[in-house]
Amino acid sequence: MNTINNKNSEDISFWYDPDKRSILYQIGAACLFAFVAWYLISNTMANLERQSIATGFGFLHKEAAFEIGESLIEYSAADRYARALSVGFLNTLLVSFIGIILTVILGTFLGVARLSKNWLINKCATGYIELFQDIPILLQLFFWYAFFYEMLPSPREALSPFNGLFLCNRGLIFGIPQAHPVYKYMAMAILIAVIIMFLLKKWAQKRQDLTGKAFPVFYTSIALILGLPFVSWLIGGAPTEMSVPVLKGFNFKGGLTISPEFAALLLGLVLYTAAFVAEVVRAGIQSVNKGQTEAAMAIGLKPGQLLNLIILPQALRVIIPPLTSQMLNLTKNSSLAVAIGYPDFVSVAGTAINQTGQAIEGVLLIMIVYLIFSLSTSAFMNWYNKKMAIIER
Amino acid sequence: MKVLKVLAVCITVLAMSTLTMAGTLEDVRAKGWIQAGVNGSLFGFGKADDKGVWRGLDVDSARAVSVAVFGSPDKLKFTPLTAKTRFTALQSGEIDVLFRNCTQTLSRDTALGLDFAVVNYYDGQGFLIPKKLGVKSAKELDGATVCVLPGTTTEMNVADYFRTNGMKMNPVVIEDTAELAKAFFAGRCDCLTSDASQLAGTRAVAPNPDDYMILPDIISKEPLAPAVRHGDNQWKDIVNYSVLAMINAEELGITSKNVDEMLKSKNPKIQRFLGVTKGNGKALGLDEKFAYNIIKMVGNYGEIFERNVGVNTQLGIERGLNALWTDGGLMYSPPFK
Repeated sequence: MNTINNKNSEDISFWYDPDKRSILYQIGAACLFAFVAWYLISNTMANLERQSIATGFGFLHKEAAFEIGESLIEYSAADRYARALSVGFLNTLLVSFIGIILTVILGTFLGVARLSKNWLINKCATGYIELFQDIPILLQLFFWYAFFYEMLPSPREALSPFNGLFLCNRGLIFGIPQAHPVYKYMAMAILIAVIIMFLLKKWAQKRQDLTGKAFPVFYTSIALILGLPFVSWLIGGAPTEMSVPVLKGFNFKGGLTISPEFAALLLGLVLYTAAFVAEVVRAGIQSVNKGQTEAAMAIGLKPGQLLNLIILPQALRVIIPPLTSQMLNLTKNSSLAVAIGYPDFVSVAGTAINQTGQAIEGVLLIMIVYLIFSLSTSAFMNWYNKKMAIIER
Repeated sequence: MKVLKVLAVCITVLAMSTLTMAGTLEDVRAKGWIQAGVNGSLFGFGKADDKGVWRGLDVDSARAVSVAVFGSPDKLKFTPLTAKTRFTALQSGEIDVLFRNCTQTLSRDTALGLDFAVVNYYDGQGFLIPKKLGVKSAKELDGATVCVLPGTTTEMNVADYFRTNGMKMNPVVIEDTAELAKAFFAGRCDCLTSDASQLAGTRAVAPNPDDYMILPDIISKEPLAPAVRHGDNQWKDIVNYSVLAMINAEELGITSKNVDEMLKSKNPKIQRFLGVTKGNGKALGLDEKFAYNIIKMVGNYGEIFERNVGVNTQLGIERGLNALWTDGGLMYSPPFK
């Protein structure tokens, strides 16, 4: 064998050896790519310089000098572009994060409803999915936004179902607890509760494997999550002071405001994407053989156990990859915010581009930001997918 | 959606970067028309009417350039541009000249690689507000929600104004002019801010124009001027003197109606201006009759002002700063000699 192999490799000329040839092709392709990239970049730089257009990211340290409608961090027009862009970044993060969570919940619910044997529930879910899947997301956003500003009254005639809560075309404004150090400790307590919960679950699993005794992890966890912050609130002196919104001049002061732009964007994204997620969930559940359910029932598992131990682990394998892609869609679609005035990253970067004239840098930043969002979402989902994959024995 | 547009323009920049750019005048003569960037949706400045004919002060100024170069007001193609895409379109060579109610500023003149020709409209930023709010001055706007058009100097001006006066504002920034106006008329914002001329146009299309008023405060200087690419001096001169010819004609009392009689005038200034005495055309690389043609086919500045935005139009704007210097305005042309 050995001799034949040696002989063959000597006989084949360089051009007819598939291994060598493929290496040659790859080097050629890489060179071509590098050349095109170099050509485009150097040419652009030369032309920008010839037309004396400013380049580089130095503008990030200049004063932004424009206001932004809503922000999670302190911001004013006197801050720099870098901070203005962070405001946009966080706004995109906020709407995507809340959007993804709500979408998964609503989508799962709809997907299960779509499989319901109840005729009415089944048809309602089907109708919803068909309707929201088929209308372009931009139209839906315009619809919800117009709905909010056309239907709701002005601040001076705001609807107030009970004291401290107002609904008007400036948004939903409600009272929140007055700032107090104890709330920081409560947040820490929640974090600690989550960690304990995680450890408890591991310990309970181990104990069950060893002794066969089940531990009520679910109820203990709920008790922990609610109990720990409550105890720390009591220890901190149980403050009850509220920041209540009051109408002053043009608008409400105090409290927390959910703007119509944010609400319209969130609602539009969630309702649209949930329709797709529902179909993904339905496909996942249907992919589990009916015999599995029957077998589980035959060995006497309760319905909750049947879902958690038999159906979900198998369905999730099918659900997770397309679900990831829907999450990415939601994040990317959030850039449609510019159309309805929510200051997301694209909107803020657009203003920065226009004031500084540095379109190439601005668009590059936008691309990098969306790449970061998408890559971290898929990294997390891939990790989860691996964890959920059935371990073959 | 807009990202895609900006991206597309960027790709165009890259594609265009391979072309070596000759002077714009030769390019324009070779292809046989001028590609002019205009607003596209601003009534009175740059908008196509219901028959598809482009009308407006900026459009007529662009026609003057077309007459100067080709002797005809129709050798033009219009590209409607948003406030965001206009400069990139000019930088990339997609358009030859920008007539889009565009404010001349230092950074645009330098870092953006543009050159501005003479101002064809002196504007200033103001506030449009529903009368029922009972506000009489912009100083009373503390805490107001303000609808702003993005991608203009307006965003910065209004932030500056509120900061200087120690007031707070809450901006709502919507990209599309029509969508923004709809939100404002529905009461999403307490006031709408933009250049006063634009506010007049927006008010004219309100469901009930009498319910709204423009506050007397003008918070910025907005000299609106045509722009060309930096470094093409001959092309800039042509754009410059095409607009100036209309201003000069008004000062000399020449209109589209009497321009033929004026050819017989004994006044040496008029003779030089209309090309009876030769020299001006050659200096610019144009026909000696370019100024005569502009006045004959487009009109003088007063005529295009009254036709597009004047008191007898829906906009009803007074001459104000845009009157001739002899009438207390700022319109002033250097001598044509």
